Amino acid sequence: MAHVATLIILFPLMGFLIVVINGKWFSERAVGAIATGVVATSFVTSVIAFVLLLGGAKREVTVQLFTWITVGTLHVPAALLVDPLSITMCLFVTGISALIHLYSMGYMKGERDYRKFFLYMNLFVFSMLLLVLANNLVLTFVGWEGVGVCSYWLVSYYFDRDAAASAGKKAFIYNRVGDVGLLIAMFLIFSHLHTLTYRTVFAHAGALSPTVATLVVLALLLAATGKSAQIPLFNWLPDAMEGPTPVSALIHAATMVTAGVYLLVRMSPVLALSSSGRMTIAVVGGLTAFVAATIATSQRDIKKVLAFSTVSQIGYMVLAVGAGAYSAAIFLMISHAFFKALLFLGSGSVIHSLHGEQDMRKMGGLAKYLPLTFPTFLVGWLTISGIPPFAGFWSKGEVLTNVFEFSKPLWVLGVVTAMLTGYYMSRLFVLTFRGTERFREDTHGEDPHEAPWVMTLPLVVLAGLSVLGGVLDLPWIHGASLAGFLDPTFGFIPAHAHASTLAQVTLAAVDVVVAVAGVMAAFAIWRDRVSSDRFEPSFLEHVWRWDDAYDAAIGRPLTAASQYGDDVIEPRVIDGAVGAVAVGVRRSAEGVRKVQSGFVRHYALATVLGMAVIVIFLLARAG
Amino acid sequence: MNVPAAWYLILAAILFGIGAFGLLTRRSALIMFMCIELMLNAVTLTFVTFSRTLGDIGGQASVFFVMVVAAAEVTVGLGIVVAVFRRRSSTSVDELSEMKG
Repeated sequence: MAHVATLIILFPLMGFLIVVINGKWFSERAVGAIATGVVATSFVTSVIAFVLLLGGAKREVTVQLFTWITVGTLHVPAALLVDPLSITMCLFVTGISALIHLYSMGYMKGERDYRKFFLYMNLFVFSMLLLVLANNLVLTFVGWEGVGVCSYWLVSYYFDRDAAASAGKKAFIYNRVGDVGLLIAMFLIFSHLHTLTYRTVFAHAGALSPTVATLVVLALLLAATGKSAQIPLFNWLPDAMEGPTPVSALIHAATMVTAGVYLLVRMSPVLALSSSGRMTIAVVGGLTAFVAATIATSQRDIKKVLAFSTVSQIGYMVLAVGAGAYSAAIFLMISHAFFKALLFLGSGSVIHSLHGEQDMRKMGGLAKYLPLTFPTFLVGWLTISGIPPFAGFWSKGEVLTNVFEFSKPLWVLGVVTAMLTGYYMSRLFVLTFRGTERFREDTHGEDPHEAPWVMTLPLVVLAGLSVLGGVLDLPWIHGASLAGFLDPTFGFIPAHAHASTLAQVTLAAVDVVVAVAGVMAAFAIWRDRVSSDRFEPSFLEHVWRWDDAYDAAIGRPLTAASQYGDDVIEPRVIDGAVGAVAVGVRRSAEGVRKVQSGFVRHYALATVLGMAVIVIFLLARAG
Repeated sequence: MNVPAAWYLILAAILFGIGAFGLLTRRSALIMFMCIELMLNAVTLTFVTFSRTLGDIGGQASVFFVMVVAAAEVTVGLGIVVAVFRRRSSTSVDELSEMKG
């Protein structure tokens, strides 16, 4: 078991090292195959670890690798924690990542820095696995930062484009703000419990006072908002669309954005100590889900719509975490990984066929030209919209049922968001695949062509997973399902009055009704339209003016202060002080240099006078 | 006849004063050297005087050192003066003021 768990994270690292050390000796095709192969092997290893865990007596194994840091009372081992939660994460992270790697081999063909792309991708997966498998917060933080820096490299992959370069910086800086939250949480935990190892922290979590526990939870929430793109730090994610499409898929589906939710779920025993903290988490998640969904209704870039839909879906997960429905959050995370990877790769296939066009106003009628992308995308669209029997219906329903028991206002928010989800995804679907053909300008009059098999195969696999993903956690097999597998990890789960079967069916019916309502509204509005000021308000198109608000509140005052520093402080205060010293030295030197007349007798006179003074002094003393 | 010590001291003071005055007023390097010698000798005279008055041989011993140093100083100093004279055909120290600030 120990070796298997170690191998899970070692394979991507090995791929990274092979490519970084002697990637130049391999052909590009070989580099792609190596990078894809190691992640696929990592997936197979995860499956083996999963089987061993299922068959093992203990559902929780700690693998000690080596002692990493020992300073005073701080002991940080490099150790892995293999339990149902981490192995579940490993399975879908490596599985989805392997498919995305395979897809990238086709998508990135002919792009420059092909090898660099794959070594970043491998490092990305390695960081994510380290984050997930670490048995203490410090090691998790290493993976956390690794994910951040890889996203920075990959988002600004086309770094000679201004937009891509600044999107990378934006992602990095927003993440740094969140990282502060994680650091503060670690400081607080260590100063009160003197350990950062998960198991020990959880065992002694009761020693935290309610105030400290709430502070820790809020700090963790800040960390999660950064990494998982929640309010108030969500707007880096849409900008991260500047990266190549497989990167978007990787960030949105498998790695990165799920890290924040994972952290919150992992820390569930601490979350259990603060009901106000959990309420805050739920509110942040609910608001994010709603706000992002409204924004997604008015975006014209196909990838931007998907980006905001990710923000919205992660909002659902955070909402579920706040409601104490941890297994529902993970269930949604997994099914979201399936369908969001599918949608992103599908959109990548569309963009690929249109020579890089991302504006939905210049698409339309693509259904008959993309015989594999179209049906798989159709599945993705139905899944995210929450139409039964696809995975999204079950996972979102699970979340909403739990939220209904937790808080009615948040449930209403969630249902409205579900309707918006159906609406904006259908709008995307209609504008892209149906209606008139508006792409001839981009394709120079030719018909768009379907992508090669390396790109369509992942689509087919992901579509299959999206269809079947629901069986992971069907409501009536509760106990033998994903939830039953995961629940022991969480230690404490807030008790709700469990909804009766009738209530559950009613809630599910409500979900379907609102989803269908959203879909039908979109078809009614967008069948004959390409753009509309009425249905794409500029307030929503410009992200609730969120960036402008940050610009006004932080950016411009800082710029003004810097400008003031440049105009006033730098020339007057700093240069002034330096100049004053120089002038002072020169003035006094000018006075003193007159003494150096060059005439010997002047010096002699000074000597004599000095001697006279000494003599007079001595005489005066003696007298 | 026993000359009182005060007389020697007064003579030494007068010699020193003449030397100092000459050093300050003359421009010729040679004359200034002579003035320095005069001042040195005035000082040695006081040494000898006090040595005799106090019965301490140390003062007279010091005089030998002063004379040796003075001789060495004159050797070096005159060497410099000759070198300067060769370049400038003058020993006026006022012309040697290139180093003024």
